Amino acid sequence: MSEIATDLPRQQPASVVTEGGLVRGLLIAVAIVFLALFLVLPLATVFVQAFAKGWDAYLAAFHEADAHAAIRLTLITAAIAVPFNLVFGVVASWAIAKFEFRGKNLLITLIDLPFSVSPVVSGLIYVLVFGSQGLIGPWLIEHDIQIIFAVPGIVLATIFVTFPFVARQLIPLMQEQGTAEEEAALTLGASGWHAFRTVTLPNIRWGLLYSVLLCNARAMGEFGAVSVVSGHIRGLTNTLPLHVEILYNEYNFVASFAVASLLAGLALVTLGLKSLLEWRYAGDIAASGRRH
Amino acid sequence: MKGSTAIRVENLSKTFDTAAVLHDLSLDVRAGELLALLGPSGSGKTTLLRIIAGLDFPDRGRIVFGAEDATRLPVQQRAVGFVFQHYALFKHMSVADNIAYGLNARKRADRPSKVEIKRRVGDLLDLIKLSGFADRYPSQLSGGQRQRIALARALAVEPRVLLLDEPFGALDAQVRKDLRRWLREIHDRTGQTTIFVTHDQDEALELSDRVAVLSRGRLEQIGTPDEVQEAPVSATVLKFLGDTIEVEAIAQGGQVRVDGRLTPVAAPPGLVGPVKLYARPWQLQFAESHEAHLHGTVRSSYRSQGRQRIEVDRPEGKTVVVEASDTARLPAGRPVGLRILAGHVFAG
Ligand SMILES: Nc1ncnc2c1ncn2[C@@H]1O[C@H](COP(=O)(O)OP(=O)(O)OP(=O)(O)O)[C@@H](O)[C@H]1O
Ligand SMILES: [Mg+2]
Repeated sequence: MSEIATDLPRQQPASVVTEGGLVRGLLIAVAIVFLALFLVLPLATVFVQAFAKGWDAYLAAFHEADAHAAIRLTLITAAIAVPFNLVFGVVASWAIAKFEFRGKNLLITLIDLPFSVSPVVSGLIYVLVFGSQGLIGPWLIEHDIQIIFAVPGIVLATIFVTFPFVARQLIPLMQEQGTAEEEAALTLGASGWHAFRTVTLPNIRWGLLYSVLLCNARAMGEFGAVSVVSGHIRGLTNTLPLHVEILYNEYNFVASFAVASLLAGLALVTLGLKSLLEWRYAGDIAASGRRH
Repeated sequence: MKGSTAIRVENLSKTFDTAAVLHDLSLDVRAGELLALLGPSGSGKTTLLRIIAGLDFPDRGRIVFGAEDATRLPVQQRAVGFVFQHYALFKHMSVADNIAYGLNARKRADRPSKVEIKRRVGDLLDLIKLSGFADRYPSQLSGGQRQRIALARALAVEPRVLLLDEPFGALDAQVRKDLRRWLREIHDRTGQTTIFVTHDQDEALELSDRVAVLSRGRLEQIGTPDEVQEAPVSATVLKFLGDTIEVEAIAQGGQVRVDGRLTPVAAPPGLVGPVKLYARPWQLQFAESHEAHLHGTVRSSYRSQGRQRIEVDRPEGKTVVVEASDTARLPAGRPVGLRILAGHVFAG
């Protein structure tokens, strides 16, 4: 910090700098203590608790049919929800960024909706629509289709909750890039699809990867909405977060924290990759002042 | 083929939301010519060019390529080369890949072999004098170099017409001048039918075979640079082609008088009564009071590109600029008389 202070231009009044330095130091200290208390400590606790009874107990938590089922369901859910939102997000941002049409602002607001609605409410919406007392529930029962308390409901709820990640990232990025390159491609004889593949997609690839990463982390970690529609049927409709809760409620702390450590690990890996992308491709991820 | 009509624009109208941008505009482009579309900002030049390219569609009117009605033809099938003001190069592709883009985008049956594409790219890089740059990326090039790449990319698909939208608009004055001359050379070498948008009259007059002057979505005049300069059809064209001095005058019997004194300017038949006389700065000359058409006092004088420019305040409050090659610097405040040597008159 003293280095920074000496680099400051002379005309900066000394009193402002020292006072600022003091306040700044205090604020940074508060922030660090806060982070340690509320983030690092709990995260460390997860791993400490998970390994409290050694490696064997840790691994045992995963050598269990219910754990396998939870992992499988989480992977399946993410494997459906993430590609779906990827395609939808790209299509929506393409439409919003490159075309003018009525109701565009409404569409942008709607895309944001899942972020402003409590996940529990998101889950409830599906129960109200597809549940046995729900809007089309009787019809579904008649045709022997199970959505609520089954995998389809979990997938739907996850899709809903993770809906905005890709579109929100790409809309400003595509808006900034404009349509000139695509138009150039079209005048050179490229079909719309060819232009999309060879021009649009490469231009958004890092932003897309970034948003898919965040979308995936949320899809695998979602608790609220999934909890409402899942019904907590062991071995059938439990995702990893729900499995953690069940184990915890059964006072099976080691297993609970062991499974939780898996999710915490996912979060750390996501954070690492996200930082890497931000550091390496900052200009390609977010709309920014970088232009040619 | 040369000299025949390559593109016919017929009665084109275009409205954006509520604003009419093109009004019943008709225009012929001859095969092999370099046509400049000249007009003030917002006059509809870009819109016209985009409609010809198929990037926009008109509300009314037709675009005809040769004998083929192309009004509804999709952009990919028009075979036009479009060069954008801000280059629109593909950022993530090398220079060679940018130039080869149009060839690589073709269906397999029409696509030249890899070797052939490489050869074509090499030839084009030679043509634009950037041979060593094949592996660079657009971000590693200067603005002028980028625009040359954009031109090569458009030429690679052998378009039937090259459309350039203010291609040098984003470049500084010296680079603009070099590129102008260079574009003319390329045009002479390739014989490519070219339409070229600019709002810089010098650029249009220096570069083109013919100039089309647009104003508020209408075609004011089309002709060779000499024709539009020597015989402008309206005050709009005249004013847009360079600095002018506007003087109240009276026309009678084919003659024009200013301040009661006869001028050498001829009035078109039928134009009688109060008119406006327009002269260029070099069409005025300092004169003795008894043979001057205008009077005033020198406000300031300065030298610009070897010529002396003198600002003269007229009694009515207007300032006129006179250009003279051999006058000594005139002191400010000195009363002078000005004689009109030539000019044009239009109804006031
Ligand atoms: N997509 C659009 N939506 C609405 N109005 C438009 C659109 N494109 C152009 N216009 C309007 O049409 C008019 C003509 O625009 P155009 O871009 O053709 O002018 P221009 O002659 O190329 O001007 P400049 O020299 O500034 O490039 C302008 O008033 C502009 O505001
Ligand atoms: Mg324009």
